Amino acid sequence: MEKILAIFKKEFKSYFVSPIAYVFITVYLVISSFLFFQTFFLNNQANMRGYFEFLPWIFLFFVPAITMRSWAEERKVKTLELLLTWPVSDFEVVVGKFLAAFGFLAAGIVLSMTIPITILIIGKPDLGPIVGGYIGALLMGGAYLAIGMWISSYTENQIIAFILGVVATFVFFIIGSPFIVVFAPNAVAPLLTYLGLGTHFESIERGVIDSRDIIYYCSIVGFFLFLNIQSLASRKWE
Amino acid sequence: MNPTTNSFMLEVKNLSKKFGEVHAVRNLSFQIRKGEVLGFLGPNGAGKTTTMRIITCYIPATSGVVHVDGMDTVNESLRVRERIGYLAETNPLYGDMCVREYLQFVGEIRGLKAPRLDSRIDEMFSVCGLTRMGNRQIGKLSKGFRQRVGLAQAMMHNPDLLLLDEPTAGLDPNQIIEIRQLIRKIGAEKTIIYCSHILSEVSATCSRIIIINEGQIVASGTADELTSRSTRGNRYILRLKADPGAVQGKLAAVSGVSSVTAHQVDRAGGWLAAEVLSGTQEDIGEAIFRCVVANGWSLAELRHETASLEEVFTQLTRG
Repeated sequence: MEKILAIFKKEFKSYFVSPIAYVFITVYLVISSFLFFQTFFLNNQANMRGYFEFLPWIFLFFVPAITMRSWAEERKVKTLELLLTWPVSDFEVVVGKFLAAFGFLAAGIVLSMTIPITILIIGKPDLGPIVGGYIGALLMGGAYLAIGMWISSYTENQIIAFILGVVATFVFFIIGSPFIVVFAPNAVAPLLTYLGLGTHFESIERGVIDSRDIIYYCSIVGFFLFLNIQSLASRKWE
Repeated sequence: MNPTTNSFMLEVKNLSKKFGEVHAVRNLSFQIRKGEVLGFLGPNGAGKTTTMRIITCYIPATSGVVHVDGMDTVNESLRVRERIGYLAETNPLYGDMCVREYLQFVGEIRGLKAPRLDSRIDEMFSVCGLTRMGNRQIGKLSKGFRQRVGLAQAMMHNPDLLLLDEPTAGLDPNQIIEIRQLIRKIGAEKTIIYCSHILSEVSATCSRIIIINEGQIVASGTADELTSRSTRGNRYILRLKADPGAVQGKLAAVSGVSSVTAHQVDRAGGWLAAEVLSGTQEDIGEAIFRCVVANGWSLAELRHETASLEEVFTQLTRG
């Protein structure tokens, strides 16, 4: 536990040492706020439905940018050899890194809270969908992070990690959408609907927090962290 | 005689490592007693780094076992890693961290707690000569300082076994001397494996040397033992005033001499430089001197040269 904490602290700090973090958080906040307020006053409705509808698409680029360096950088400057000869298990390293990335994502989300605060000041929104939307955003962001980190563990090039991360999360996001499911054979269709990252988000953003959706996101995170641990262990089979 | 496993800090038994079809390490076995400083020599690509990586639990061996203080590197990997300090060949560091911050992180990973952690960091600062560097960003340090940070990292938790893979690579001569002194200081109480392909370094710091080539041990022993093992006999260098032909003829007659070469170095003074090679391991210096005296030659120099470690190394690793 202490070791996870040590890795978490170090990784979390390292996000803020480079200017990349500030640039990304700024870009994220500007784009998401712009897209939201563009239609907010036209609709004249005190809710955030529009915001949570396009959030998954913004995450598609924002989240792989958070995770792209997590392993790629360690591989490139060879610190991986150091890290894995210290007395920490692969599990502790992976979890510590994931939590740090999650913390960074959460920081970005907290900073975007200016939007609900604005809405609260000028109107009387239904808080349920907003709270649900934020919980959903954290869960979905966590799933994206786990996928992005796993991808990053296969390359020492951050750009490749980013692009493949975008592709992989996109595939997972879109896989359950009706548009794809229609073309799938009947036997696979329900599975695809279940696996799609987007489908579960839709119910949460309506303010319905279903334990099935929470379990789904947690198991996606668990599964990809497990794959991540395996990919670290793959050095042993070479 | 059944030495307990614990009298050895490190035991490597029949270690082999294959990368695809390439044998990086072949059936390697050696032991290190506690407190020993072992020089691990070999040309580049001989399998030194692979061996280090197996000992540090970074990669497993294809076959064979490694015990660190009696513990297996596969089954008790975490406990083994706690006992080892490792300075990897490339000395990887987190460039965006400050020196103090980095050592603190290393200490936390090593399970050190607050009061002891801080005192260890300060100790490392003074031992490795990093004082006043605490707030500097590692990525911006010079190579010499980066190497010291790497050493501090390896020694942070006061490990029983220290593995140093080419710790002086890329340093200037002054820095090399400093690092070497540092290692000798640490070596007084720690078990160290010192990998290098620079021989003078190893002979200056290590109590025992193992030379490996193509993944196998080709020689082991102290520096003196290794040099005396050279296949070449002794060499004597003379500077004397005489006729070259006479020198060659008379010296060749001395028993044990296998060849004599002589050439003029100072025409005006008539001085010759002669090189006498002996075929035996015995010292024939006295016989050569008597021969010179008996012929009434003036002698300015008579020097006995044993084979250098470099020569042994070249003989053993060139095959």
